[in-house]
Amino acid sequence: MDLHQLWTILSAPDNIAIVVLLLAVPFYAWYGLRQAFANDRLIDRLEADPEMAKTHHRKTQPYRPEWDKEVHVWPYLLRIEFLAAIIVTVILLVWSIAINAPLEEPANPTLTMNPAKAPWYFLGLQEMLVYFDPWIAGVVMPTLIILGLMAIPYIDTNPLGSGYYTFKQRKFAILTFFFGFLVLWLTMIFIGTFIRGPGWMWFWPGQTWDPNRVIFEVNRDLPDIFGITSRAGKFFFGATVIAAWCVAAGVFIHKLITATPFSRKIYRRMSLLQYAVMQFFLIGMLSLPVKILARLLFRIKYVWVTPWFNV
Amino acid sequence: MQESNGKPGDGGRGPGAGDGPRTVGDLVANAKAVRSRAAEELKQTVHAPKKTDVWKSVLRVKHDETPRSRSLGVLSNVFLHLHPSKINRDAVAYNYTWGMGGMTFYVYITLVFTGTLLMFYYHPSKVVAFRDILYLENDVPFGKLLRNMHRWGAHLMVIMVELHMFRVFLTGSYKKPREFNWVVGVILLVLTLLLSFTGYLLPDDQLGYWAVTVGTNMARATPLLGAAGPFGPQLGMTPYHDVRFGLLGGSIVDANALLRAYIWHCIGIPILASTFMIVHFWRVRKDGGISGPAPMMLESEIRDRGPGTRGQGRDVVSPAP
Repeated sequence: MDLHQLWTILSAPDNIAIVVLLLAVPFYAWYGLRQAFANDRLIDRLEADPEMAKTHHRKTQPYRPEWDKEVHVWPYLLRIEFLAAIIVTVILLVWSIAINAPLEEPANPTLTMNPAKAPWYFLGLQEMLVYFDPWIAGVVMPTLIILGLMAIPYIDTNPLGSGYYTFKQRKFAILTFFFGFLVLWLTMIFIGTFIRGPGWMWFWPGQTWDPNRVIFEVNRDLPDIFGITSRAGKFFFGATVIAAWCVAAGVFIHKLITATPFSRKIYRRMSLLQYAVMQFFLIGMLSLPVKILARLLFRIKYVWVTPWFNV
Repeated sequence: MQESNGKPGDGGRGPGAGDGPRTVGDLVANAKAVRSRAAEELKQTVHAPKKTDVWKSVLRVKHDETPRSRSLGVLSNVFLHLHPSKINRDAVAYNYTWGMGGMTFYVYITLVFTGTLLMFYYHPSKVVAFRDILYLENDVPFGKLLRNMHRWGAHLMVIMVELHMFRVFLTGSYKKPREFNWVVGVILLVLTLLLSFTGYLLPDDQLGYWAVTVGTNMARATPLLGAAGPFGPQLGMTPYHDVRFGLLGGSIVDANALLRAYIWHCIGIPILASTFMIVHFWRVRKDGGISGPAPMMLESEIRDRGPGTRGQGRDVVSPAP
């Protein structure tokens, strides 16, 4: 256990942002979910008691009939904004006084940094380079992430849960977002920052970064395992495997989104286009960890090998 | 200073007014009158500065504690008028919004401010860029603090944008009628990351150089448009004629790349980001203000309708009282 190595990584000035993020995201996830569960308990009571549902103000916030529904922005909101601005300024000042921005040697094209790492918020994408060719990891995947995020409001046909925290009414949406944001995005950033060392090799936290370390690891393509050698054979085999995977993942996702009576109700509200777009992005999202595990556990490099591109 | 409702001097006789006998006694009397009038005017101004024309011209409306004045104070102020005059009483508590959107905007302003100051000391030229950073860190008063604030502010902004998005998702705030504003928000997320990324190269040190090299090498692999991407060579892409060359202004990360990063970082993307922010804030208001905390809807209140009818009429009936 090389604590010094661990400390070197943790205390690198640029990594402090990730440490902040890794603390802040669980905190806010807890903070949001706590309100969601409190709301869910009230929802249960309201569903069970229609009379109460007619008269209740339907919030967990304190309520009295004589209170105004709205308050003046000045002073009730502006004083909070002012306070927030001061607090952010203080945090930023203290952070800037305490820790210096990194500055390495002058840029030198002849001296490669090892490891050469992208800024922390792109480390997830850089980590993807291990599992996919650059055109997927660096171009297609970011584009799909952006488009997929943009598509969310148009494919979520669940009318409930607009404007309040809830888990019960939006289980699928929230679990999907947690999977994408926490499990995929943040985990990839975490691996890229704390795990990947010289040569982009896997170093467990506390393991010494040894620039001379050699890992003898032969990665295979999936067709090779099955002894397929011809070009056309590889092409069609890969295409078949990918197609079969997409169908299997699609069926799995379909089962998930029609699992309960409530989710079937939401499903019935979807147009064909909404359903197809949703399947497209969810299959893509699900393929990511599968390829990662195939690579890490079975050392599979490509599934689909063609003369023009490899997947 | 012109008084709007003060006493009109002593009989309209100003200094040197009239052509009475010019004895020394008269002059002294006149001077005393002027002095007492000046003292009187000064007293009125000091005692009731809010009644002066200057004050009224600057602030335009009264700022007493009536509901009307409180509303006008927000609505008639150019910096505050993005706010409505009144807001959902439960929305001002921290627990709903986490304040992340507003704080992101505040950090952005901080970054524009510190960034502008940094521009005074920085030349986007391969010859001096790195030396400018050394100069800034070692010789410019508070230069190190300035650079640190810009760097950590950028990190803070990325963190806050992600948390803001997280909150908006958890509260379902992207749902009708706010779908498009979510899209604008995603664009702003991308612009935030690009701002941060273009700034990474500017110190022209090893860290930025290799980060940008790794980053832009991926552009080489763009399908159709990159020299090393699928179907790129077939379409005539070469390292000297593809999307990466366009980004870098060359086939390697060099002086042109530094200049391009600088221009995108200081002019191009900030203008784009500011524009989308204007749209973002505008749409927050036009879509009905911030989304909640709204009364909760129940499953039994969903109108069960056929597919594809979303967006026509209400989705949920029977809103709470």
